[in-house]
Amino acid sequence: FSSGHLLRSDNKVTVHFFNRDGEKITVKGSPGDSLLDIVINEDLDFDGFGACEGTLACSTCHLIFEEETYKSLGPVTDEEMDMLDLAYGLSDTSRLGCQICLTKRMEGMVARVPESVADIRQSQDGS
Amino acid sequence: TNGGGKARYSSRGPKVCVVGGGPAGFYTAQHLIKARPDVTVDIYERLPVPFGLVRFGVAPDHPEVKNVINAFTQTARHERCSFYGNVNVGKDLSVAELQEAYHAVVLSYGAEGNRRMGVPGEDLAGVYSAKDFVGWYNGLPSCGELGPDLSCETAVILGQGNVALDVARVLLSPVDLLKKTDITQPALEVLEESRVRRVLIVGRRGPTQIAGTVKEVREMVNLPNTRPDMLASDFEGVKEALKDLPRPRKRLTELMLKTAMETPGEKEHERREKASRVWGLRFYRSPVEILADPERSSRTAGIRLAVNKLEGSGEEARAVLTGEMEDVSCGLIISSIGYKSLSIDPSVPFDSHRAIVPNNMGRIREAPGLYCSGWLKTGPTGVIATTLNNSFDTVRSMLEDMDSGTLNTSAAKPGSQSINALLENRGVKPVTFSEWEKIDSEEVRRGAAIGKPREKLLTVEEMLQVAGK
Ligand SMILES: Cc1cc2nc3c(=O)[nH]c(=O)nc-3n(C[C@H](O)[C@H](O)[C@H](O)COP(=O)(O)OP(=O)(O)OC[C@H]3O[C@@H](n4cnc5c(N)ncnc54)[C@H](O)[C@@H]3O)c2cc1C
Ligand code: FES
Repeated sequence: FSSGHLLRSDNKVTVHFFNRDGEKITVKGSPGDSLLDIVINEDLDFDGFGACEGTLACSTCHLIFEEETYKSLGPVTDEEMDMLDLAYGLSDTSRLGCQICLTKRMEGMVARVPESVADIRQSQDGS
Repeated sequence: TNGGGKARYSSRGPKVCVVGGGPAGFYTAQHLIKARPDVTVDIYERLPVPFGLVRFGVAPDHPEVKNVINAFTQTARHERCSFYGNVNVGKDLSVAELQEAYHAVVLSYGAEGNRRMGVPGEDLAGVYSAKDFVGWYNGLPSCGELGPDLSCETAVILGQGNVALDVARVLLSPVDLLKKTDITQPALEVLEESRVRRVLIVGRRGPTQIAGTVKEVREMVNLPNTRPDMLASDFEGVKEALKDLPRPRKRLTELMLKTAMETPGEKEHERREKASRVWGLRFYRSPVEILADPERSSRTAGIRLAVNKLEGSGEEARAVLTGEMEDVSCGLIISSIGYKSLSIDPSVPFDSHRAIVPNNMGRIREAPGLYCSGWLKTGPTGVIATTLNNSFDTVRSMLEDMDSGTLNTSAAKPGSQSINALLENRGVKPVTFSEWEKIDSEEVRRGAAIGKPREKLLTVEEMLQVAGK
């Protein structure tokens, strides 16, 4: 391995995801990558995630953060909010994964994929 | 070979077929294939081309939404998935024949019918359904002849959902913006000549009940060369109601309030002054009668609206008549009060009141082995993400039934083999996915020549010809 390679991997940022079943998955990404990029690059199997391929047109890349992390992610544009408003299980600390780019400061952050709608409204379906 | 160039897959695993190649069909197939390595899925689609409303519904100026096509294409190319276009289930094949050939059948043929307003004058010239209008600008073969007359100044759209807002946007968008989209060339030519300057989007209830979403309303607010025209009286008491609304509703209502009531800043003021086109939301109004033109009685010249008041509040509020009426002059009326599913085969249970297939988590009631997903299952509401979730739900139900044995998959089934034989006997030539890809490249080639992402083929005949049928 060249030292360049080592340096680059040193530069990586660790992210912990919780999938829909609540399992923890720890991966690394490069600064500048969006959280959607990481999900794709690492081949994470989150059903239906990123349907519009990061173009702010679908809300399927919805992620929920811890309060502190959420605050550190910076301001949300109106356009991101507009799409988020259509997401299932919207919370006060929700963001769209395709709009969040990794920085070194995000080392160790936790992002939760919300439950799918089925789990939420199971009882009322088909009534 | 099967599915155009793929090696024939002769597994003994469950064979499932999906009726309808829209988002629901593709998400159902995708999820099934992923969940079970032994399952094969065949998709039967009425048109020679796939993707349903992603191709024929989603507005041409929303190309990002159509990125889902890339994921659908991956699914269609999967070795355990085959696509058969140009097969009209209910006509070319019965559902019973599909059930004979497959262990399970998923109906996901969408909502191709149209809700009528049910008012006198609905069939006058100049009155269109949003479904046909959208189909026309998006190149749906059955709407090719619509040729809407856009020679009037004012258009009224009935309904305030996202489809209504799409139609308003397309009517008012600068043609230079549309030119770079996949809108059909004939539609572009008609829009270029359009004299429509003012579009009113009418709803039965109030601002806090509007069905459209904030993204689409914001697009209207930001649409170049247009200014809003709202009625202050429609917004009485709305500000006070804000604080109790959930966030999405609240942000949407705030945006409308700001647009309607606030004095614009200098830049926005200037923008509005320069605008030559006008859009407006009108609330608390229901159509009563489409008025005929006194000079040309087969054409419309206006609409009579009943003024409503609300009983109750929030999402459940009901519009009740006040007895007051109001006439609006207009030469173009587009009713956008909803799509509805149709029954395609009398052997399948159908709830004609709700216009869906009665189901329990995607299991069609009293019809073992039959499932449904997408708009046929839920009714025609929600975005592609909603369709994705409800399709995954249906697959979950089917997998449970396979595991529990409720759905028996032990007997060998012939799948597409016997169906293809039936189709051949009946003179039906299915279009495979690789044949669709020929149509696709031809469309992209034609589009590139005129600076568009694609120029759609407009008739089934031409599609079949390019597919080599
Ligand atoms: C005008 C419009 C604009 C929209 N814009 C957006 C948007 O911007 N963003 C968004 O997220 N969502 C949008 N949607 C919603 C989205 O299109 C739907 O959520 C989705 O298409 C529903 O999928 P479906 O598969 O149930 O139905 P459809 O997409 O309608 O697919 C059904 C398929 O079944 C086929 N079919 C019908 N009858 C038969 C038969 N007898 N045999 C075989 N096949 C048959 C049809 O040809 C079609 O391909 C829009 C919807 C409309 C109407
Ligand atoms: S991937 Fe569609 S909004 Fe993020």
